[in-house]
Amino acid sequence: MSTKLKYDVIVVGAGPAGLAAAIVLARAGVRVVVFERGRLPGSKNVMGGVFYSDCMKDIVDEFPGGAPVERHIIDQRIWILDQDSSVGFNHKNELFNQKPYNCHTVFRAKFDRWLAGEAEKAGALIINSTVVKEALVENGKVIGVKTGRPQGEVYANCVIAADGVNSLFAKSLGLRRKIEPEDVAIAVKEVIGLDEQIINDRFNVKSGEGATIEMTGSYFNGEAMAFLYTNKKSVSLGVGMILKDVINNKINPNNLIEHLKRHPSVAPLIEGGQTKEFLAHLIPEGGYKAMPKLVGNGVMIAGDAAMMVDAIHREGSNLAITSGKLAAETYIEVSEQGDFSKKSLSRYVKKLQDSFVLQDLKKYKGVPGLLQTNKDLLLQYPKLLNQAAFEMLNVDGTSKKDKEKLIWKNVKQEIGIGHLGRDLFKLWRNMG
Amino acid sequence: MRLEDKLYLDGYKTDETGGSHLAIKDTSVCDLCVLKQCLYVCACSVYEQNESNGRIEINYAACVECGSCRIACDNIDWHYPRGGFGIAYKFG
Ligand SMILES: Cc1cc2nc3c(=O)[nH]c(=O)nc-3n(C[C@H](O)[C@H](O)[C@H](O)COP(=O)(O)OP(=O)(O)OC[C@H]3O[C@@H](n4cnc5c(N)ncnc54)[C@H](O)[C@@H]3O)c2cc1C
Ligand code: SF4
Ligand code: SF4
Repeated sequence: MSTKLKYDVIVVGAGPAGLAAAIVLARAGVRVVVFERGRLPGSKNVMGGVFYSDCMKDIVDEFPGGAPVERHIIDQRIWILDQDSSVGFNHKNELFNQKPYNCHTVFRAKFDRWLAGEAEKAGALIINSTVVKEALVENGKVIGVKTGRPQGEVYANCVIAADGVNSLFAKSLGLRRKIEPEDVAIAVKEVIGLDEQIINDRFNVKSGEGATIEMTGSYFNGEAMAFLYTNKKSVSLGVGMILKDVINNKINPNNLIEHLKRHPSVAPLIEGGQTKEFLAHLIPEGGYKAMPKLVGNGVMIAGDAAMMVDAIHREGSNLAITSGKLAAETYIEVSEQGDFSKKSLSRYVKKLQDSFVLQDLKKYKGVPGLLQTNKDLLLQYPKLLNQAAFEMLNVDGTSKKDKEKLIWKNVKQEIGIGHLGRDLFKLWRNMG
Repeated sequence: MRLEDKLYLDGYKTDETGGSHLAIKDTSVCDLCVLKQCLYVCACSVYEQNESNGRIEINYAACVECGSCRIACDNIDWHYPRGGFGIAYKFG
């Protein structure tokens, strides 16, 4: 039989974006197939991983329900690291102990597998161990995909590209320019096993409750963000640095995480732990300005493939889920007319503009460039902040007034007051 | 902790028959390459320089498919491993 294998929609990639799309489509009776290159969904995927619940409202009846989550987060800390010191801020709130919990730590290998199960229950077909090689294009319209399987051509009305940060699929369609080293961060992570009670004691939480620590500062030689998140019986420690800085400053990502483990504020928290897994993955951090075209004839792009990460708030998976859902809803709406042209699918862009996804990405669009061109913000200020904290807290016979003078002298020497004012203004303009 | 010990913890299914999913496009470009960033940007140290002939060697079996080398150097011919092969994270 030589009839063409045809579905209504093909989804490339079984990450949160692709699976959310598949669930919404299948539930509406759309015939949808998801191709995943990993042996199972999630087996190639990495995140810190704090997963925000809100985006799941329209995806599953009750979240977390049976989802594999680790701890709900009640205490969030931010640390600015210098060589032997840190200055921190934390927010712990009983409101975060009330259901529905705002966010949980998750492991993606488990989480994606679970979400794929939900998609299958809704009626989607998930085909693992299959690489989508390229799009099939006819008269300028995407009509299907070619997979790595023998006779692997599959056709559909529309393809949703949810193939993650490297998105070779979007690239092959010419929907995006080449990804540059300043557009991505390379992140390395270790899952470090620790006794549940030890984690509770060290992070001052009860079983089930969790804490997160985000770290940046002059301790790293480049634009870096590190994290330490609590799971049930392990912690996830990781650090990412903009690839351009990794290249220019000759940094090896594995050395970077080893360096992080030695920081005196971090070391005691992981002491005695046993590394269980070592991971590396890119994070698309180019922001709004580095996004590809989101639609083409017969194709929509969602999630990391579309650079939808809000790096400042460590949000990515929720943008992925939401964009996947909106792509699916767009398909359902336009299928009444049967018009899957770029013009018709541009409703997807409108939906994204009306949601937090594009609104947040737009709000912070200046930040990636700001941090790349104003290295002081990440290198000098953290050092000064740590010095200032030390001066004010270290009692050594010097009067507080003289200490203040000393701090200002340091600021003047290192940065200059005019410069300080300008930097603060730029920061406020871009982040405020 | 040594990198070898870390990589040992990870679950891989190496594509022995299909071979490497990574290749150098043009070795003469490597000969002239000053920075040789492939040697340090990879978290898994997949690229190594042969001490005797100076050639870049690729231990593709240790690759976790992050894509950093692909973006860091245009002279690398980068593909995904065949479906089902390569890294398979337990936690992720
Ligand atoms: C270290 C790290 C920490 C992070 N921390 C957080 C966090 O705390 N909170 C948060 O919300 N986000 C976080 N993120 C971001 C988050 O992981 C991503 O935004 C999210 O995974 C994007 O989902 P996605 O579905 O778009 O892409 P992915 O999760 O990457 O899924 C893409 C899928 O497509 C498959 N695929 C790719 N190409 C093909 C192909 N050609 N054929 C078949 N299958 C293919 C892949 O195997 C994969 O399963 C973090 C990321 C990293 C790397
Ligand atoms: S692979 Fe690229 S980075 Fe490595 S030596 Fe060759 S040209 Fe240079
Ligand atoms: S894809 Fe990542 S892990 Fe694989 S060789 Fe390149 S840099 Fe190394």
